[in-house]
Amino acid sequence: MLLEDKDRIFRNIYGLHDSGLKGALKRGSWDGTKFFIDKGHDWIIHEVKTSGLRGRGGAGFPTGLKWSFMPKADPRPSYLVINADESEPGSCKDREIMRNDPHLLIEGALLAAFAMRAHTCYIYIRGEFIRERERLQRAVDEAYAAKLIGKNNVHGWDFDLYLAHGAGAYICGEETALLESLEGRKGQPRLKPPFPANVGLYGAPTTINNVESIAVVPDILRRGGNWFAALGLPNNTGTKLFQISGHVNRPCVVEEEMGIPLRQLIDEHCGGVRGGWNNLMAVIPGGSSMPLIPADLCETLTMDFDSLTKLKSGMGTAAIIVLDKSADVVKAIARIAYFYKHESCGQCTPCREGTGWMWRVLERMARGEAEKSEIDKLFDVSKQIEGHTICALGDAAAWPVQGLIRHFRPEIEARIDAYQAAHKEAAQ
Amino acid sequence: MAVRRLHPDQPHDFSFTPENLAWANETIAKYPPGKQASAIIPLLWRAQEQSNGWLPEPALRYVADMLDVAYIRAYEVATFYTMFQLSPVGAKAHVQVCGTTPCQLRGAEGLIEVCKRRISEHPHTLSEDGQFSWEEVECLGVCANAPMVQIFKDTYEDLTPESLDKILGAFARGSAPKSGSQIGRKTSEPEGAPTSLVDPELYDGSTVGSWRARFPELRDGAPAGDAPASDKSEG
Repeated sequence: MLLEDKDRIFRNIYGLHDSGLKGALKRGSWDGTKFFIDKGHDWIIHEVKTSGLRGRGGAGFPTGLKWSFMPKADPRPSYLVINADESEPGSCKDREIMRNDPHLLIEGALLAAFAMRAHTCYIYIRGEFIRERERLQRAVDEAYAAKLIGKNNVHGWDFDLYLAHGAGAYICGEETALLESLEGRKGQPRLKPPFPANVGLYGAPTTINNVESIAVVPDILRRGGNWFAALGLPNNTGTKLFQISGHVNRPCVVEEEMGIPLRQLIDEHCGGVRGGWNNLMAVIPGGSSMPLIPADLCETLTMDFDSLTKLKSGMGTAAIIVLDKSADVVKAIARIAYFYKHESCGQCTPCREGTGWMWRVLERMARGEAEKSEIDKLFDVSKQIEGHTICALGDAAAWPVQGLIRHFRPEIEARIDAYQAAHKEAAQ
Repeated sequence: MAVRRLHPDQPHDFSFTPENLAWANETIAKYPPGKQASAIIPLLWRAQEQSNGWLPEPALRYVADMLDVAYIRAYEVATFYTMFQLSPVGAKAHVQVCGTTPCQLRGAEGLIEVCKRRISEHPHTLSEDGQFSWEEVECLGVCANAPMVQIFKDTYEDLTPESLDKILGAFARGSAPKSGSQIGRKTSEPEGAPTSLVDPELYDGSTVGSWRARFPELRDGAPAGDAPASDKSEG
């Protein structure tokens, strides 16, 4: 059973209808907002906790719990920062929210900021999303003009919302790097603790949430935490924007229930794997940092945090990259390794040096120009990077390499054999 | 990390146009007093736009002075963030080809070949007529419409080498080709018949307010009163 249209939160995700305020009101946005604010900070947090919503930016931390970490009586201002630095290869959902359903995000920002007693919110958008930023700014201007947000707005909670942007750095999606960037510096992650809820933007209490996590909040409050919790699977509740790219017949972004079987998602929304299901080689299930899963494990796979963790992979941002049998899997992972080499901020030695090293070895392995003993060495080096850096970029670079070796070692070995055989012949 | 250095040939000075200066002051005002350094990325970005798409060194010092930060801070920011172009780019088009795995799987390498043939063998090098340049960039977040390129503010999606060739031809003639998907689909919907969002009730306003039944205090038609009154009749 696919998700019914009436249970969809993102009702204009393809931009087929008016993305402005008028269209958003007709789809039910900004309805009852003051009623929820009058119910109080704790009521909103409780409702979000009831919904079971887990952060949609990749880590899957419970959103309501995260909000409850914010101090309740603090002389410093509190900030809500929305992470719109969507850069994980495979991910392309926040872009659609910002340009097609911006009022879901703006209303959610007001409600979330109120819940955390924040009067100011910055949305940090990746620099490349220029048109998306323009569209979102237009919606923000509409909300100000209608006094839905701003000082002395109709909701009785002063709230300023500003758009900020980056200029091309994947690492700024890491929350503390994002704060550094927002403060006008290179995006190099901070050590934690202190956590942003205590010392965040400008040294003040700050919560950083993903665009999708915030955009679903108004619907959760209107329809109820229990409605959201009834969708999906236990501990993996609600709906989710899935993004399917690579070797499917009709790549797309689509909202579905958490826990949808991968095969159903691909067959019903994407017209199937190119060349049929039996032509599937592997999927990268949650954005480039998540280890790939070979086809034989995909048959019964469901798309949720827990079942993907069980397979030593992860749900990440629910960005599914599909590889059919024509794909060069070693080259595909080598390209991901290059991505992390390019995006390492350079702060921690294991990541700065290790990502480049892994990439160079993988490039050789893609050609077969390596020794079989290097496979174990590569795995070992990836383990030296994982967990030994300030932020998770080191882990993100190590995991896809580990996934490749775990599932496709025979493929790498076969290439090495073929290369050596060819060169032996040439030498004779 | 990428090694990025300032261009050897630099203009002598830089200052914002009056319009950009006014815009810069508005941007600085988005941040709390004393936190004006937060505006460094948008200001450098505007300086790049004003300087024909690349960021000259005098602009770094100008913006640093304006925000009262050390020059090295502006240099760090300019060399760290890869959208800051440190050498001149093509006037008609600077083509950013996404080469990361989702685009690679759907043929980004073919797009790079088009750039090499039409523009120059090497990235960040002006074409012979000085009107074009290209580079391979990392994931641009348009993966469901791969492969794609970004040219200045717009993206061109669902490309083939042939359609990219046509687009670059249009730029060469000075016309503005249509941005977005080049195979006629709207944004990231699945090509062909829609698989979701077909229920007309989502769009005719008939379901707005149905959530109120959940709250006893709202059942008797008491207003929750906040949506702009003028628009309510349409909802």
